[in-house]
Amino acid sequence: MQKTKGKQSILFANPPVVTGTANIGGPMEGQGLLGDYFDHLMEDNLHDLSSWEKCESYMLEQVIKTAAQKSGGDMSDIDYVFAGDLLNQLMSTHFALRSLSRPFIGLYGACSTMALSMIMGAITVDGGFANKVVGAASSHHDAAERQYRFPTELGVQRPPMAQWTVTGAGAAVIAAAGFGPRITAATIGKIVDLGVKDPNSLGPAMAPAAVDTLWQHIQDTGRQPAYYDMIFTGDLGSVGKTLVIEMMKEKGIDISDNYEDCGCMIYKEEQDAHAGASGCASSAVVFCGYIYQMMTELKLNKILLIGTGSLHSPTSYQQKESIPCIAHAVAVEI
Amino acid sequence: MSENIRQQMKEEAFQQKFNQVKPKPPLLKNIIWAFVVGGFICTIGQFVLDYFLSLGMGKKEAAGSATAVMVFLGSFFTGLGIYDELGKRAGAGSIVPITGFANSIVAPAMEFKREGYIFGVGAKMFVIAGPVLVYGMVTAFIVGLVYWLRQ
Repeated sequence: MQKTKGKQSILFANPPVVTGTANIGGPMEGQGLLGDYFDHLMEDNLHDLSSWEKCESYMLEQVIKTAAQKSGGDMSDIDYVFAGDLLNQLMSTHFALRSLSRPFIGLYGACSTMALSMIMGAITVDGGFANKVVGAASSHHDAAERQYRFPTELGVQRPPMAQWTVTGAGAAVIAAAGFGPRITAATIGKIVDLGVKDPNSLGPAMAPAAVDTLWQHIQDTGRQPAYYDMIFTGDLGSVGKTLVIEMMKEKGIDISDNYEDCGCMIYKEEQDAHAGASGCASSAVVFCGYIYQMMTELKLNKILLIGTGSLHSPTSYQQKESIPCIAHAVAVEI
Repeated sequence: MSENIRQQMKEEAFQQKFNQVKPKPPLLKNIIWAFVVGGFICTIGQFVLDYFLSLGMGKKEAAGSATAVMVFLGSFFTGLGIYDELGKRAGAGSIVPITGFANSIVAPAMEFKREGYIFGVGAKMFVIAGPVLVYGMVTAFIVGLVYWLRQ
């Protein structure tokens, strides 16, 4: 049966169900706007472990286990785990999965990993290759900062456009049957690069990729933005969000009524995160916490989550390359 | 070729749009912070220098000792996790004085301690300060050469 639609989209024949989600955050996320929508909150960014990387692994392991339990089972029911993070060679994910001993497929989509893992999970389930899978992603502010930018204790001034990498993780269980919102459609993005080179402007750099994928989603599926109660992008921040609205307007579509960016939903103004949140965990904690809860309470019925990722590396920006970006859209409906 | 030009035009159009919505840094606030904090650090330095001079030290010895004290203070407050909070607001005001130089060495040393004393602390200590040292020495060499030639 034909499940592809248009150039880049998928309409699932038997839409897989998101039967349970779990998320975790650090202290700053707990004090933020969505503080009430976390399964676990850590007291500090180390959680009594010996490194930030270990802390990130702990978070990922924790959310995967909790999500499996919340969906009414345990880890032994999980056929595959699709997961990723921001660190080199997916360090946190690999160490988290070491003790879970489930079949595992590592994904790197930078900050788009949550949406990507859900799409890959849904494809696997709808294809009949698995009954129950987990999609998960994590990021850790300090671990990401030391890899991509400067040591955390260095006294540097962050520009107003900079975003704050979220310390947290999210996991969603995707099953062939069960109760919960369903993944009905997806649009896989292509790499878009409009020449932004500044690693402090990741949100604006990713905005064209988000617009490209959203536009393609509309073309492929025929669903207008008004079809969805809310459209969420992953971590564009306030500047990137403005750019998306502007660029969609230029294409003749006004999305300002039902569009929000997960990066603008996590921190309060006074938390000094500047343009907003970023990192894999930005969309992961918002989807697996707030959005999922809103959907199970029927306050949101149809959403489109567009995970956005900037696929640069510390080496690429030192070599003065621009930032290749990607966005993947996944439609979840109840 | 036309594909290249199209991409270039798209990039330029986007850059223009980006520049319109780009938030401006709060220039005046930043300047005031840098002025006050930078001035404060230098005033402390002057106090320390004057103190050593009052002990009867020579000018060279007093300057060296004052520098050592300021480097210690910079490292100490980096270790306490205060210097990065200061730097976030003061910018160049806390980077330019020698306390900022100390911060730029101690911060990576602390950060990479988990990778051990050889590949961590030892190797990474100068990731930020290294270029400053290299180009400082190169400049000193050039200035020295000019001075020598003029004699």
